[in-house]
Amino acid sequence: MIRLEKRPTPSRFWSLSTPVIAVILTMIAGGLMFAALGQDPVEAIRVIFWDPLFHPQFASYSRPQLLVKAGPLILIAIGLSLGFRAGIWNIGAEGQYIIGAICGAAFGLALYPSENILIFPGMVIVGALGGWAWAMIPGILKTRFRTNEILVSLLLVYVAEAILASAATNWLRNPEARGFPGSRNLARHPGTDNPELIAGTGMHWGVVAAFIAVIAAYVLLNRHVLGYQIKLAGQAPRAARFAGVEPTRLVLLCLGVSGALAGMAGLFEVSGPAGQISIDFNSGYGFTAIIVAFLGRLHPVGILLAGLLMALTYIGGELAQLMLGVPAPAIQAFQGMLLFFLLALDVLSNFRIRFGTGRAAA
Amino acid sequence: MSIDLVALTVALITVSTPVLLAAIGELVVEKSGVLNLGVEGMMITGAVVGFVTAVETGSPTLAFLAGMGGGMALSLIFAVLTQLLLSNQVATGLALTLFGLGLSALLGVGYPGQTPPVVTDPFPAALAEILVVGPILFGHSLVTYLSVLLVAAVWYVLAFTRTGLILRAVGESHEAAHALGYKVVRIRILAILFGGACAGLGGAFLSVVRVQNWIEGMTAGAGWIALALVVFASWKPWRVLFGAYLFGGIAALQLRLQAAEIGVPVALLDASPYLVTIIVLVLISSDRSRAALNAPAALGRVFHASS
Repeated sequence: MIRLEKRPTPSRFWSLSTPVIAVILTMIAGGLMFAALGQDPVEAIRVIFWDPLFHPQFASYSRPQLLVKAGPLILIAIGLSLGFRAGIWNIGAEGQYIIGAICGAAFGLALYPSENILIFPGMVIVGALGGWAWAMIPGILKTRFRTNEILVSLLLVYVAEAILASAATNWLRNPEARGFPGSRNLARHPGTDNPELIAGTGMHWGVVAAFIAVIAAYVLLNRHVLGYQIKLAGQAPRAARFAGVEPTRLVLLCLGVSGALAGMAGLFEVSGPAGQISIDFNSGYGFTAIIVAFLGRLHPVGILLAGLLMALTYIGGELAQLMLGVPAPAIQAFQGMLLFFLLALDVLSNFRIRFGTGRAAA
Repeated sequence: MSIDLVALTVALITVSTPVLLAAIGELVVEKSGVLNLGVEGMMITGAVVGFVTAVETGSPTLAFLAGMGGGMALSLIFAVLTQLLLSNQVATGLALTLFGLGLSALLGVGYPGQTPPVVTDPFPAALAEILVVGPILFGHSLVTYLSVLLVAAVWYVLAFTRTGLILRAVGESHEAAHALGYKVVRIRILAILFGGACAGLGGAFLSVVRVQNWIEGMTAGAGWIALALVVFASWKPWRVLFGAYLFGGIAALQLRLQAAEIGVPVALLDASPYLVTIIVLVLISSDRSRAALNAPAALGRVFHASS
């Protein structure tokens, strides 16, 4: 008989190695899934994980995409990880991302056609504020009325999508587009654009912000009392209260920071890679970032690596669609599978596995 | 502008049924002390599996059974992860939703726009033609009646039977239930599977009966609204029914207001079911005595028998 025995503290070895094992298991299970879809599994896995970086023909296009896609994922996931550590579940980052993009873009468009160099920084700030404000709704409802932040933040995603549809077709629509939905192109207008900073790398201001966020989160969690309070609140809520951690402050802080970062990510996306506010410019980064946060063990450096890996699966998925005709949603199922394996393997870091009826543990 | 009240009531019941089914299933799961946030994922899987089965076999009955099976299969993953491998329920539920959305889109490739078989109503058409009460009482598919019966059954089982008592005991204090010799893990797994079947049936009803089409992401948050309804209902079955019909009423009304082109912005109408759900959640949770009293005490806590 197999028994589980709780470890006094999570195993460091297993918590570092389980993400790697989870990726390998996902490749195997994903290979089976592709085989079921009538593809050569080895070929499909190679196209997803290897070709985006090393394919002689496509790599020059897809390599820069790695940073373009990893940037928003990392930026959002860093914010989410702070809350997740403290047991505060903001799962509506997608909505904060949309609202941030709309607010920032609206600021830029309001000053159109000015090309002042201060406009873009202003857009970033307004975008962050928009995301922050949208996250404050579940924050205030939770601290004031004890309303569940999981449900409120998630339901607000659908509200944000309704607002996005009306912005794209109505009040932010390009007046010169003869009735087509979508705003003016922000990326092609100097002053509102978020350009590629180093040609051929995909590096834009959002990627820079993501790297800064990683460093800031690392310092916060390891060197600052606030980081200590976040960790304490997650691991021992009662002890945290006795230690003087104010739950209200922590909830507002974690939701606010994650909302602001998600809003900023949305603005960087809409002024760069996406280019304009359109009905479906958001590509689910807010949800994928949840997987990134867990895959990175809620640790800043882990999230950096997980964000790059998840970006790779996005690009690989597009490539597999192009080269093999694999349906686009396959990659989403693939990403979901990864999270399952990761959560399943967590048992190894939190418990020892004992075989036999064993009394030795007593 | 005029709105036909009878037609609105009929639409309300049809719109509510998927959410009602998912919510009553989740209520049982939560009563056993498990928080499964994967309702949306199980619903959409049920929707696609049900729709594909309906198109391929032409049998609505098989479609509903397949939808239940699809939801159950997904909930089994959740059950294994949270009950046997003791993973975090919030994270696992989210994973279930993300995976279900991807899987359903994958399974449904090539099916949007196909026509499912027409689901016949159990009552003769003559009854449904009676003025006012006819369409409201007799004009629905069998699953709609089943959903109401299910609410009654869940209420009865939870309140008056030994099974219900054990289920509630497990949800209130798993240590005590374990000490009394009840198989906590086994009971919870069964509850999770029941919840999965209900959500899957709700999804199949949505695609096969209500929309009669498969559209990627067609549940559009219905699973999350079902989760909110359980809180709104303070874990009481009849209040789930009331909440689901209230939600369905708003959803059906806003569609008619959009068609009537009155001055209200479309975005506001589109968002209204979600906004109303949030407002109701706030009203319920701000009442401290009511909200805390009925929540199962062991909700969301991991159970690990140390001996």
